[in-house]
Amino acid sequence: MSSRSWRKPPARPAAHRSRALRLAAIATGAGAFSGLFGVGGGTIIVPLLVLWLGYEQKEATGTSLTAIIVIGSLAAATQAIYGNVDFWLGVAVGVPGVAGVVAGTALQQRLSERAVAGAFVVLLIGSAAVLVF
Amino acid sequence: MDALDWSGLVALGVAAGIAGGLVGVGGGVLLVPALVVFADQSQLGAEATSLVAIVLVSSVGTVRQRGYGNVRLRDGLIVGALSPLGVLLGVGLANSVPERALELSFAGVQLLFAWQLAKKAGLR
Repeated sequence: MSSRSWRKPPARPAAHRSRALRLAAIATGAGAFSGLFGVGGGTIIVPLLVLWLGYEQKEATGTSLTAIIVIGSLAAATQAIYGNVDFWLGVAVGVPGVAGVVAGTALQQRLSERAVAGAFVVLLIGSAAVLVF
Repeated sequence: MDALDWSGLVALGVAAGIAGGLVGVGGGVLLVPALVVFADQSQLGAEATSLVAIVLVSSVGTVRQRGYGNVRLRDGLIVGALSPLGVLLGVGLANSVPERALELSFAGVQLLFAWQLAKKAGLR
């Protein structure tokens, strides 16, 4: 199969407006995924930052976390209004999560961009498999 | 909840955090099932409660990644701030398209991303 037909041309300094539109499209995709499947949009944000905006893989993962703070906070506030949030249980599982993310970010700095991309590819395939089965 | 349940929650919390640090996701994919299995939450309750943990993980993760020079703060905040548009779209789609079709098409999108990222990183 020819990959030429849908492969994007090499990254060029994008015009300011088209860059803003791409960010808006990424935001919409990430939000839609959260609204549809209840989990965050990281699996949308990271690949699109790399493929559309020419991010390095590590930069994309760090920037994705920033977006997830905002997305998660808005969603948590909405769910709290409906009384669905068990705040202290969330903190109880979040504290080990914080320990994990400190370790995970440190570990990431010892890996190559290529290895991080590989880990992300595995995550995407796993996540697709969960959706299908 | 007994000791086994707590151990399960802690282990999956740590795993979700490591995933967040390594690949930049919030970890909901691990936290939601963990809360259903070990804390006896409903699917909806688990999704809602996991958000508290996701905010904690992504906040600390952002601070660490910023220290490593891996955050473009402005872009991240723009994507976060505009995401409610997508949430509305998602809720609308969920009410008009069969769930199975949504799952399969999203799985397809993820596989396409996987293939393109692998190609770009020279993994194949």
